[in-house]
Amino acid sequence: MNELCLVPIGSVPASALEWIESATSEWFPLPIRRLPAIPIPAGAYDAKRGQYQSVEIMKMLAQSAPHDAARVLGVTDVDLAIPMLTFLFGQAQFEGPVAVVSLCRLHQEFYGLPGQESLLRERTVKEVLHELGHTFGLVHCSDSRCPMSLATHIEFVDAKAEQYCARCGLHLAQRFAREEGI
Amino acid sequence: MKKNWPILVVDDEEVMCESLAAWLREDGYRVDTAPNGQKALELARATDYAICFVDLKMPGGMDGIETMMEIHRVRPEASIIIITAYATVDTAIQAMKEGAQEYIVKPCNPQEISMLVSRILKLKKLQSENAILRKKLTRQYRHHDVITKNPRMEEILALTQDVASLRSTVLIRGESGTGKELIARAVHFSGNRADKPFIVVSCAALTETLLESELFGYEKGAFTGAATQAKGKFELADGGTIFLDEIGDISPKLQADLLRVLQERRFYRVGGTQEIEVDVRVIAATNKNLAEEIQQGRFREDLYYRLNVIEIRLPPLRERREDIPMLAEHFVQRISSELGRDVAGITAEALKMLIAYDWPGNVRELENVIERAIVTCHNGKLDEQEFSWLQRGGAQPQRWEIPDISLGELERRAIVAALERKHGNVKEASSALGIDRSTLYDKLKRYEISHRG
Repeated sequence: MNELCLVPIGSVPASALEWIESATSEWFPLPIRRLPAIPIPAGAYDAKRGQYQSVEIMKMLAQSAPHDAARVLGVTDVDLAIPMLTFLFGQAQFEGPVAVVSLCRLHQEFYGLPGQESLLRERTVKEVLHELGHTFGLVHCSDSRCPMSLATHIEFVDAKAEQYCARCGLHLAQRFAREEGI
Repeated sequence: MKKNWPILVVDDEEVMCESLAAWLREDGYRVDTAPNGQKALELARATDYAICFVDLKMPGGMDGIETMMEIHRVRPEASIIIITAYATVDTAIQAMKEGAQEYIVKPCNPQEISMLVSRILKLKKLQSENAILRKKLTRQYRHHDVITKNPRMEEILALTQDVASLRSTVLIRGESGTGKELIARAVHFSGNRADKPFIVVSCAALTETLLESELFGYEKGAFTGAATQAKGKFELADGGTIFLDEIGDISPKLQADLLRVLQERRFYRVGGTQEIEVDVRVIAATNKNLAEEIQQGRFREDLYYRLNVIEIRLPPLRERREDIPMLAEHFVQRISSELGRDVAGITAEALKMLIAYDWPGNVRELENVIERAIVTCHNGKLDEQEFSWLQRGGAQPQRWEIPDISLGELERRAIVAALERKHGNVKEASSALGIDRSTLYDKLKRYEISHRG
């Protein structure tokens, strides 16, 4: 089928899903299919930290997605973490089919500021390009303007552009030209 | 670059191990995981990890500190970062005392861990650059600096160790660029003369008279311009080794002088009357076929036997293709570090091209090709494009080895090969060979070659 399946996890604003569809269709030569939303897995909640373990969410995404999906991108509004790190903007299987992006820390409201939809859209697109880039074999980029650069703070996300740098873009183009990994 | 720094994560919790490993892989590192100390040790024996993240509390068997100590025993250079959820000053102090480089409390901020890893690797990169540059500066190569897994090269390396502490003369034969000087240095620096001089003389670079004064020195007034007395290379190498490169190029007179030094370890400076005695080990090298030079009367047979006490014949690179990947990776690491370029390695497709190429200029040519590729590389990894010019014939023509056979046999083989290529079609085979059909039939009869078609 070679599709990119978009899976809302829990309640996700429809506008965010539209932004993601538009950005991914520009960069990835895959038909995009929006799947019905799935509930947040109860086992993923870490009560001590008040966050959700992204490993559990990714496991569930891998199980629930169609077997022939090329990539499965989960989108959630809850805050993600792994045991070692205090938070994650998203996570991906490197060269693998599954990725997840959290919108939680992309909202201005998370930082006690008034909401700003255009900023949320930009941040969402950048993080989606980042996580999907990993699934297509891109590692962190040293160019801080590239969506593939490592962001450990929201300021770093804001410093990124909404398009890959020439090097990462070329990597993807060559990969798609060879029809690898799709 | 990052692939050169493998990381190990040791934790009994699978989720913890795998999620940290996945996060580090996104940064381009090669990451392995181990659920306990035993497995970690097993992995550390096989891989030289740059960093090991080790959880302090692991139930049953080895705890984090024991694991760290055991890893340090096999990999003293590895940087250990102790991870714990139970931050106490006591455990932190104990871990640091036992040799942990850092101590982190989980969960930590992504920025903290990212900076920690890059700080450690920056230091390691500097240490590695320092070691490379120091080696390059002193050129004190030993047998373990020769990169190979080729059985013939391994035999040669074993031989260099066996003969390192002897005074016997060594003759190293091999094509240009096969590493004759490297082997000579390995012999010298592995033996009991290592702390004494290693003097290199390139015999082909100098005229007869210049080479004579270079080798034996001269007295004041020995010739126009000899304003002061000067010691020659043999005197400078006293107690150590003299490496006479391109020995096949020296003149008959110098051959006679050299023979005398080899026999008696004594000589006169140019224009001198006092005999000078030295304790010098001679290692000579040539890319010429000295047996043929003797037949042609260009090289003294007695000198040849004096030189050829221990013979080392270095194989050309095309006869040790299995070494090409290791050599290429070594050159990428060294040259990218010297040039300050961030090149991660070579793609599998590009390596295939390098393995297939015939390398008439041998290891030196490979080194130059890698340097050129690093300079022109813009992708962070050397791919086929960087080496495509090799396939187009490269800078030098491909060499064709003619086997040691008669002209008749050579002709017979050419005919058989042409017939095979043309599936037994005599008309096409004769045309490919550039002879007419009847001539080919004659030759088929003469060489008793059967054909079909």
